[in-house]
Amino acid sequence: MSSTANPELMLEPAFDPAGSGRDAIGASTAASQGLNIRHGTILTLEDINVSFDGFKALSNLCLYIGVGELRCIIGPNGAGKTTLMDVITGKTRPDNGVAYFGETLDLTRMSEVEIAQAGIGRKFQKPTVFEALSVFENLELAQKTSKTVWASLRARLSGEQRDRIDEVLATIKLDGSRQRPAGLLSHGQKQFLEIGMLLVQDPQLLLLDEPVAGMTDAETEFTAELFKSLARKHSLMVVEHDMGFVGSIADHVTVLHQGSVLAAGSLAQVQADERVIEVYLGR
Amino acid sequence: MPTALYRLFLLLTLLLPLTGHAGDASDFVAASPSKQAKLLESWSAAPDAARLPLLEALQQGRLAADSGKNPFIEVNGLYQSAEGEFAPAEAPRKLRLNNRLRGLIGTAMASHQLLAEEPALRLAAARELQKRAKPAQLGLLDARVASETDAQVRTALTLALANLQLVDRDPAIRLAAVRLLGETGDPLARTRLETLLDPAVEDDAGVRTAAQTGLAQVKRKLLIGELLGQAFSGLSLGSILLLAALGLAITFGLLGVINMAHGEMLMLGAYATYMVQLLFQRFAPEAIALYPLVALPVAFFVTAAIGMALERTVIRHLYGRPLETLLATWGISLILIQLVRLLFGAQNVEVANPYWLSGGVQVLPNLVLPYNRIVIIGFALCVVVLTWLLLNKTRLGLNVRAVTQNRAMAACCGVPTGRVDMLAFGLGSGIAGLGGVALSQIGNVGPDLGQSYIIDSFLVVVLGGVGQLAGSVMAAFGLGIANKILEPQIGAVLGKILILGLIILFIQKRPQGLFALKGRVID
Amino acid sequence: MNQPLAITVAQKAGPKVTLGVGALVLAVLIALPLLHLLPADNVLHVSAYTLTLVGKILCYCIVALALDLVWGYAGLLSLGHGLFFALGGYAMGMYLSREAAGDGLPAFMSFLAWTELPWYWYGTSNFLWALCLVVLAPGLLALVFGFFAFRSRIKGVYFSIMTQALTFAGMLLFFRNETGFGGNNGFTGFTRILGFDITAQGTRAALFIATLALLVGSLYLGFKLARSKFGRVLTAVRDAENRLMFCGYDPRGYKLFIWVLSAVLCGLAGALYVPQVGIINPSEMSPTNSIEAAVWVALGGRGTLIGPLLGAGLVNGMKSWFTVAFPEYWLFALGALFIGVTLYLPKGVIGLLRKRGEQ
Repeated sequence: MSSTANPELMLEPAFDPAGSGRDAIGASTAASQGLNIRHGTILTLEDINVSFDGFKALSNLCLYIGVGELRCIIGPNGAGKTTLMDVITGKTRPDNGVAYFGETLDLTRMSEVEIAQAGIGRKFQKPTVFEALSVFENLELAQKTSKTVWASLRARLSGEQRDRIDEVLATIKLDGSRQRPAGLLSHGQKQFLEIGMLLVQDPQLLLLDEPVAGMTDAETEFTAELFKSLARKHSLMVVEHDMGFVGSIADHVTVLHQGSVLAAGSLAQVQADERVIEVYLGR
Repeated sequence: MPTALYRLFLLLTLLLPLTGHAGDASDFVAASPSKQAKLLESWSAAPDAARLPLLEALQQGRLAADSGKNPFIEVNGLYQSAEGEFAPAEAPRKLRLNNRLRGLIGTAMASHQLLAEEPALRLAAARELQKRAKPAQLGLLDARVASETDAQVRTALTLALANLQLVDRDPAIRLAAVRLLGETGDPLARTRLETLLDPAVEDDAGVRTAAQTGLAQVKRKLLIGELLGQAFSGLSLGSILLLAALGLAITFGLLGVINMAHGEMLMLGAYATYMVQLLFQRFAPEAIALYPLVALPVAFFVTAAIGMALERTVIRHLYGRPLETLLATWGISLILIQLVRLLFGAQNVEVANPYWLSGGVQVLPNLVLPYNRIVIIGFALCVVVLTWLLLNKTRLGLNVRAVTQNRAMAACCGVPTGRVDMLAFGLGSGIAGLGGVALSQIGNVGPDLGQSYIIDSFLVVVLGGVGQLAGSVMAAFGLGIANKILEPQIGAVLGKILILGLIILFIQKRPQGLFALKGRVID
Repeated sequence: MNQPLAITVAQKAGPKVTLGVGALVLAVLIALPLLHLLPADNVLHVSAYTLTLVGKILCYCIVALALDLVWGYAGLLSLGHGLFFALGGYAMGMYLSREAAGDGLPAFMSFLAWTELPWYWYGTSNFLWALCLVVLAPGLLALVFGFFAFRSRIKGVYFSIMTQALTFAGMLLFFRNETGFGGNNGFTGFTRILGFDITAQGTRAALFIATLALLVGSLYLGFKLARSKFGRVLTAVRDAENRLMFCGYDPRGYKLFIWVLSAVLCGLAGALYVPQVGIINPSEMSPTNSIEAAVWVALGGRGTLIGPLLGAGLVNGMKSWFTVAFPEYWLFALGALFIGVTLYLPKGVIGLLRKRGEQ
């Protein structure tokens, strides 16, 4: 149950994207600029319980993710991985427990939109993009900017924003399909587009649900590189079944089972854990 | 009917001379109006069964006299001698009666009917006398109260008696009468007592105080009756909503089809009832009382067949596109309405209650529960139970639930999804047909019948939670009772609007709990 | 279903043809009221009947466009737009009734033996205030209803059913004499508008021009919105609302904006409809009318801006022909249209034309 963020694994806790985290006091929109991460922990979950009609999806779950950390969550089906993401993004309210983003933002009291604006981005298990819009427009919508009705009515892309989108298009290798409707992309391309949308959204914490499902080996490898380059600047939480992929990116792995943390540590450590083997092999 | 009446009168007129009671009719015919009034009053005080035909003839204005003052009774245009065997000297002329006399005839008639065999007749007579008893009848009423065996009739008689005693000169008798009135829970007693509160009407303070307490008593009893009445009509409306919405709960909740033509299934069920009634009238008039029972399966199968045909031809192509089903089924409903209009006419058709569904049971003086509504409440519950059993305890139900939860998986397991869809839709439509039979027994049957129910039924399904029978039952009765409680306070229309507002607010509170099962939804 | 791209695609399919046809139609529509001004014995004279009929259909076109903004773009099928249309119409009708009554009470009130105006009638003799009401009544109702509906995330068919119930409730309310809007009969017998005789040729022509201007204006607004980022966010709301929320957008504001805008457009259309047709009564609020508007949009092609106009024109043209030629069969035709469009023309006539254009 002890998966306290390991100080050694947290790289440069002093790193602060906005550079002035110290004096920020959790106001929703502005918070993404000045998230209070003084103690080096970006996400704090303590004693989270979620039940659906008597079925316990999460029970007394504790999880801490450090600033700049790349954390992998693994676990058998039904372990509560997606529910965990739902709790963090505000889609599901926990029955009780503590969930903090940074030091000051209480996730259990914020709406999905507020959480997203505060700087938590999420990629869904099934790739969800705006199918009727072109690839470029998808990225345009996701881009970090004011997202009020009024702003959208008068929005004009600045040269800087356009450059950023072009850059991301190049990164996710969808340069050639920028005007294609996203609905016509292949499954793997949609996965990349969604990752690209996360990139332009520029969140501090990225939640990625099975990002490499449906990708070729080369694509998977490329994704692993991409994620590794994202860490440090961002914090990542990746849910994945592909152990090869996990091994190639993770410095820290948490195993979920029946809604709570079963084991934590490096991949080698958890793979050696008796209980983990039992859960996975069903002995 | 006319022939039966004719026979009866023939018989009665034949019997008349045998009774040997000659003279009443002749006396009456010969008397001056004031004398006639006296006669009627004396008859009221001392009723005699043999006088009934004469009174009936009087009441219906059929008593006539020829120039020789011989009484005749007109039966189907022929004049028959009322007493003896006279042939009319010339065409007899009908007696003219003034309003006062008519009132007195009513009183006399009522006191004669107090002697009738059937309690229902006696009750009606007693009620009549509450309104128009004459002081001369005091003795008669007293005697009848003492000898009456039926409790209800006795209460009614007591009231009539009390009403008479209220005008007595002796305050003690008036006081007793007031107390008597206080013990009944009759709306008439309330109006009577209310007038007594006025010192100009009642000069005795003691009687006035008694009237005050009596009034409070009566009001309490009336309130109980009113509340029970509202609760009952709420239940009744709820059961109707339930019948209308249950089929929808299946097609909408299980198949995800917004069937705007559902109301028309109700309408077709009602028209099927009408057709069955016509056939019975034509070929088996002696068994007409049974027609609603025969109409049930007929309506079920007719509407189910139409529903299945629609499912196969139109709705099948629209699964997973609820808004499109909404539009297409609306089109179907327009066509069905117009079709019925062309076939049966735009006017309402007449569907009559059989005898066992007409009338009602009197529970309290101001509370009558109509049999048809009682039967429909029971019927609605039966249909719910049957539907639940069908969905939860049969192979078909299992298949339906499997298909609705995971169509592809069910198909892989060998469930014929197309057939299941068709049967489920047929079931929903058939239940609507059953609802139509019930509706035909309490309301008008016309081409627009379904339109008035469709919105309410959707609200029931939305409020109750999709795919949950129990939710629909709760919502239907909840809406029904809420409607009927609000109606007397703020009127039917405002009540409806308020309820709509409440539903919107309620959904604010429990959007998830009402619409979807809680759980992990991936999208 | 690539609706926001619809414009670009339409332009690709044949920008010249599209523009040419559009300009022609506009020219004819501008010519109509002018021809109406010709003396009655002139061959080119357009009768008052024709002008009113076309003016009426133009009002319906605005309704169709407004409905398409919420349905085609934001995915909210409203079955209650008739209510907003009627509210705008009633607001205008209040002014026209006051104008017709002069200093006295409107005729129906004298009939009910009312001695003074209900409070909500104050100021309605002022044209400008009536115009404000035309905007405010549907706008505020849409705002309140939309606020609660979107807050609790009512969407899809639930939203449709709720809006249908709303217009039904409105109809019941306006049917009552006590509500103060003329009960069953509504308002009729208008004589003057802004001091001009309402049946005069010039007035008719001016009303027609105003309707046309509103239609063109709404169309322009629609184009602007569809091309803006706002329009793209709306499409995203329609297709993947949850994803959009995780991008940091609050869909409620977007829905509410377009919903209220659409209601106001409907109200304006209703306000122009009433003086041309000369009557407004609660049957305009009947659910049947609102759902019929949905079939205009569906027939024309939702998510496009021209489609709904085409649909409204086609259906209403058919309706006026049918109700004269075979009144008994109009409902069959309309019903068949509902079924046929949903089964065979999911993208409407515009979709069909576009397919032709591509081949």
